[in-house]
Amino acid sequence: MSALGTLGTGTTGGVDTTDKASDEPARRGRWVPYALLAPGLLWLVVFFAVPMVVQGSTSLQTGNLTKGYDLTWHWAGYWDAIEQYHPQFLRSFGYAAAATVMCLVIGYPLAYAIAFKAGKWRGMWLVLVIAPFFTSFLVRTLAWKTILADNGIVVDVLNTLRFTDVTAFLGLTQDDRVLATPLAVICGLTYNFLPFMVLPLYACLERIDPRLHEAAGDLYASPRTTFVKVTFPLSLPGVVSGTLLTFIPASGDYVNAQWLGSPDTGMAGNVIQTQFLRVLDYPTAAALSFILMLLIVLMVTAYIRKAGTEDLV
Amino acid sequence: MTEQQRAGASGDVSLAGLSKHYGDFTAVRPMDLTIPAGSFFALLGASGCGKTTTLRMIAGLEQPSTGTVHIGDRDVTALPPYKRPVNTVFQNYALFPHLSVADNVGFGLRRRGVKDTAGQVKDMLDLVELGHLAKRKPTRLSGGQQQRVAVARALINTPQVLLLDEPLGALDLKLRRQMQLELKRIQTDVGITFVHVTHDQEEAMTMADTIAVMNGGRIEQLGSPVELYESPRTTFVANFLGQSNLVEARVTGRADGDLLLDAQGNRLVLPAARSAADGERLVMGIRPEKITIVHTSDAKVADGRNRLDGGVIVDAAFIGVSTQYVVRMPWGQEFTVFEQNMERDRRLVPGAGVLLHWNPEHGFGLESGDLTAGVAEASEDAA
Repeated sequence: MSALGTLGTGTTGGVDTTDKASDEPARRGRWVPYALLAPGLLWLVVFFAVPMVVQGSTSLQTGNLTKGYDLTWHWAGYWDAIEQYHPQFLRSFGYAAAATVMCLVIGYPLAYAIAFKAGKWRGMWLVLVIAPFFTSFLVRTLAWKTILADNGIVVDVLNTLRFTDVTAFLGLTQDDRVLATPLAVICGLTYNFLPFMVLPLYACLERIDPRLHEAAGDLYASPRTTFVKVTFPLSLPGVVSGTLLTFIPASGDYVNAQWLGSPDTGMAGNVIQTQFLRVLDYPTAAALSFILMLLIVLMVTAYIRKAGTEDLV
Repeated sequence: MTEQQRAGASGDVSLAGLSKHYGDFTAVRPMDLTIPAGSFFALLGASGCGKTTTLRMIAGLEQPSTGTVHIGDRDVTALPPYKRPVNTVFQNYALFPHLSVADNVGFGLRRRGVKDTAGQVKDMLDLVELGHLAKRKPTRLSGGQQQRVAVARALINTPQVLLLDEPLGALDLKLRRQMQLELKRIQTDVGITFVHVTHDQEEAMTMADTIAVMNGGRIEQLGSPVELYESPRTTFVANFLGQSNLVEARVTGRADGDLLLDAQGNRLVLPAARSAADGERLVMGIRPEKITIVHTSDAKVADGRNRLDGGVIVDAAFIGVSTQYVVRMPWGQEFTVFEQNMERDRRLVPGAGVLLHWNPEHGFGLESGDLTAGVAEASEDAA
């Protein structure tokens, strides 16, 4: 009754004011999208667009700390950076790719189990997946120093199983130790970015209608075929977003390489950090940052193109 | 393929002692049922009556707690769904969203190793008149088109039994009527056994040769639509399938194969063969359209007809082809009467005194029980 009453008054009010203010709602409405966009736009301009321009200008300057830097359009800085630091770039993308694959191998079964088998424990499992975020990134990474320590139980077991022989053959470890090797860096990256793989995968798998599994079974598909022909194709959007969310930050990471690696495992992030904060060679650091960004954008675009046109729904 | 052809000699579905319970809850009580090969069989009941669980046990999607499922001579109880010679049309179709219509339809054939599916898929899509949409994704089809894809995807495998789980539930009324006729036509054409689960009594009656009315995990009555409607054997069936006027009665005597009844002080006659009850007390039922309603002042009724005097019309609803009267009887019960609109008696308005009469052959007798069993279920499903 009261709802009807309110509705009645509202309608009458609208009718009364129609003549004098017929276009007012439209005019007022036009500003709403801009008003909503403003905070985000402002943030992007101040903290993204402006720094990009400053950085771009820095990357083309020459000079030194004491005399100051001048914008001389010194493009050669880019070539010098690539020439000198291409091993670090290759390592960055190699380690990030390896960590992404590891994350997928570990994360997919985990996300699958949470989505389809966990039942009422789903929530708890998801909390456990993101629980590591409750500690700082640095502390988590340092913890792996202990886990992978030379006489630790993990390395002992790996040595006993002769696993380190295999990784040594692949150039991932040396002298029966794991710490300060590429393997340690990859392990750290995998561990730190695993939730970024699991969460999008889970979100995607969880949306798959379980009746599609029944339908596939009903149409003579064994559980294995059902996974290959139905579940996995439908989870591809999750695989794509999960791999991107893992690969992109992993290839720019320097913390894992710094604490778990050695001077021989430096990644692009480490070089940039050193140039900016220790050597104080700002133009080179800026050029390196741009190169890293450009390469990631190119790779990601190519990846999305391929995944988007051929494999995705 | 060969395995199926061998068993195809007899495509009967037989359930023996089949039951399902989840913890303390019994979804299906032990059930024995044979569905003859080539028939269009409907499992009809309100939500929660166990009809879908029964269907899923035949499909292999649910493991029975006790009992066996045979298809033909083969015991399939222990077989997983993908090894059973049955296919299902799911309630919300469950079409694969990442595959085109043609790939959805060809899915089953490819799983069974058929190399060249294109020809068969095309024929099947033509049968359901969707040939022009073969390349579309199912999400870009209308509900009726998706439904036909679901039917095509199941039928193309020429299963021994096609299971349909409320296949028309998501469609609007007009489309549903059209698809009912279409499904019936397809079933007649291909001759496969159809087992159809529905809560819509009209749908079951339109399509099925045989209907099993289920209630509380049990089959209440099994028979052809005409049998179920004309001779219900329980109050639930009488109320759930169409409407019934039910009145408690006592048997006072027998004559010439007729039961002489006393119902609230009225003397009624019921052919003994039309009674499902043995005892002294029973429930007499009569369908609303079988009753003739006349104004009290025309109290002339042919001999040999049952009559009930002293009714008062409390409601008269004109619904085009007929008028629906609600009549309060002297003992307080309300009867429903449908009268064809041929010669409308303008005196038959609310408040008018009337008498009701009918041919005793049209009555039916039921075991005493809850007179309103099935009423709530029937109206819930109509909503």
